[in-house]
Amino acid sequence: MADSMTATAPGSHGGAHAGQEVTKRDFLKLVAGAGAAVGVGAMAWPVIDSMNPSKDVLALSSIDVDLTPIQAGQAITAVWRGKPVFVRHRTPEEIKAAESVPLSQLIDPQADKARVKPGHDQWLVVVGICTHLGCVPIGNKPSDNRGEFGGWFCPCHGSQYDTSGRVRHGPAPANLAVPPYAFETDTKIKIG
Amino acid sequence: MAGLHKSEFTNPVINWVDSRLPIFTMMQKEYGVFPTPKNFNYFWNFGALAMVNLMIMIVTGIFLAMNYTPHVSMAFDSVERIMRDVNFGWLLRYVHANGASMFFIVTYIHIFRGLYYGSYKAPRELLWIIGVVILLLMMATAFMGYVLPWGQMSYWGATVITNLFSAIPLVGDSIVTWLWGGFSVDNPTLNRFFSLHYLLPFVLVGVVFLHVAALHVTGSNNPLGIEVKGPQDTLPFHPYYTVKDSVGMCVYLLVFAVLVFFAPDFFSAPDNYIPANPLVTPAEIVPEWYFLPFYAILRSVPNKLGGVVMMFGAIAVLFVLPWLDTSPVRSCKFRPIYRQFLFLLVISCIVLGMVGAHRPEGIWVVLGRVCTAYYFLHFLVILPILGKLERPLPLPESISRPVIAGGGGPLPGGAAAKPMEKV
Ligand code: HEM
Ligand code: FES
Repeated sequence: MADSMTATAPGSHGGAHAGQEVTKRDFLKLVAGAGAAVGVGAMAWPVIDSMNPSKDVLALSSIDVDLTPIQAGQAITAVWRGKPVFVRHRTPEEIKAAESVPLSQLIDPQADKARVKPGHDQWLVVVGICTHLGCVPIGNKPSDNRGEFGGWFCPCHGSQYDTSGRVRHGPAPANLAVPPYAFETDTKIKIG
Repeated sequence: MAGLHKSEFTNPVINWVDSRLPIFTMMQKEYGVFPTPKNFNYFWNFGALAMVNLMIMIVTGIFLAMNYTPHVSMAFDSVERIMRDVNFGWLLRYVHANGASMFFIVTYIHIFRGLYYGSYKAPRELLWIIGVVILLLMMATAFMGYVLPWGQMSYWGATVITNLFSAIPLVGDSIVTWLWGGFSVDNPTLNRFFSLHYLLPFVLVGVVFLHVAALHVTGSNNPLGIEVKGPQDTLPFHPYYTVKDSVGMCVYLLVFAVLVFFAPDFFSAPDNYIPANPLVTPAEIVPEWYFLPFYAILRSVPNKLGGVVMMFGAIAVLFVLPWLDTSPVRSCKFRPIYRQFLFLLVISCIVLGMVGAHRPEGIWVVLGRVCTAYYFLHFLVILPILGKLERPLPLPESISRPVIAGGGGPLPGGAAAKPMEKV
């Protein structure tokens, strides 16, 4: 052992000296090292992926919401995938306010039409999570502080949203997300 | 007896063990006779205090874990049960919760000690870097611990902090989902935080060991910031500094005890006695006091990604500090101008802490921005330039001869710039 070490010692310096021959020992070390790296890498992914949402968490992914009890001007909070979803019954003035804003005035430009379902303008469905750092904005009740734009106000760092759930005052960078949903009947939606 | 260590211990049992595993010899060398500069002041107590604090956290934590349940429907109640029904549970929890605050007080003083006396400079750069790693690990541990009681602040603190990662372009949202193990902070999140909160303190023990190992290669810095020139400049660690550390320890334990027994909720947010509610954000969310300056930096930047980058940047600059400070003189004692800037830094950190505790309105926004700007200016601009311009006061010849006989005038820049010669 000691002899073979001394014999190959120069090569084991990784060819630091110019003109050093590459030995069989160097090659074996490289292959062994690469093999170990692949082995560890192959085990790393299962470990990391185990932290992603599990099948049972993914399974809880759709809910039905009955719209009949929601008064105009009011919103309710449904829970979808552990997140609050605001379902808001907009008044005609609120719809008009949302539709008439020029896109150039928006931080994250998006037309109101693109955020509601055709023929169901009065229903706005958005994920109730501030796109800044995840607080739940206030404004479901007409008596709440809804901010300057009549939608929602985030108590954490002061972001404001309009009646289409679009961000109008930072620090939030984006509009409240519209989750995937569909009208099952005129008074019932399925979220997810 | 080939292969056995030649132990000098006379007790036959210790000798027998030490010959086969020289841990007694090592302790004697590293903590008994270890040559330590003889001019330490009380700021040199804080490393030892931090080590004791880590032990206190681990012991109280292990016993808390015996009664704690990491499940969203039981966590809050299990902590209340610890407080009311478990024998001395209230003591364990209050020591643990206030211990986290004490840990940060001690560590922040320890860090500013390093800044004042230039302990981060060559040859102690790696020692300093390992220290910054310790700070990061402590922050991660404390953050995850605070989530465990599953009150409103636990929940919303976890939400806001994990959401910081959503600022990363492209992969941010996937990273946050991965951190949560779901689509919001929920049971999988609580479970993994408990697992990591249990693990990280032991990782800390390992890193602290490396910190001390690196310290014992270079030896300690001292209030004069000049190198030890020989045995006349040092004292054996024991009994001189074991005793000095014990004095500090008494004061530390006194403060700790006052907190635990007379003001156990002094540092805690009342909202954390409300069980977590994922659908309602409290009107005011504030992190634990030790995160406030960083939180203030986050909020001072009106852009999401920018704020997050600056917040992490505030710690990242500490990693490269040894190369940002271009002055060869370590101690502030001999850098009158730098000393004033350093006081400004301390003040801006304290003001940032206050800013973090207030709503970002009016004067607080302005103060936050000014202090954030100063924090980065200090490290990135003032330190590199000042090191070149400032004329340091004359350095003493050695620790034993702190005053230059005959009041010798200022040394030429060149001489002052080489305080580190080994003898
Ligand atoms: C670096 C060391 C540590 C720090 C900074 C730390 C910090 C914290 C903090 C801030 C809390 C929240 C206290 C509260 O408000 O109630 C906490 C809770 C907890 N910690 Fe630790 N901890 C440390 C080590 C440990 C260790 C080693 C364990 C062992 C398993 C542990 C187990 C727990 C448990 C079970 C709780 C929940 C009970 C409670 O809230 O009091 N901790 N920790
Ligand atoms: S989380 Fe809403 S403004 Fe920051």
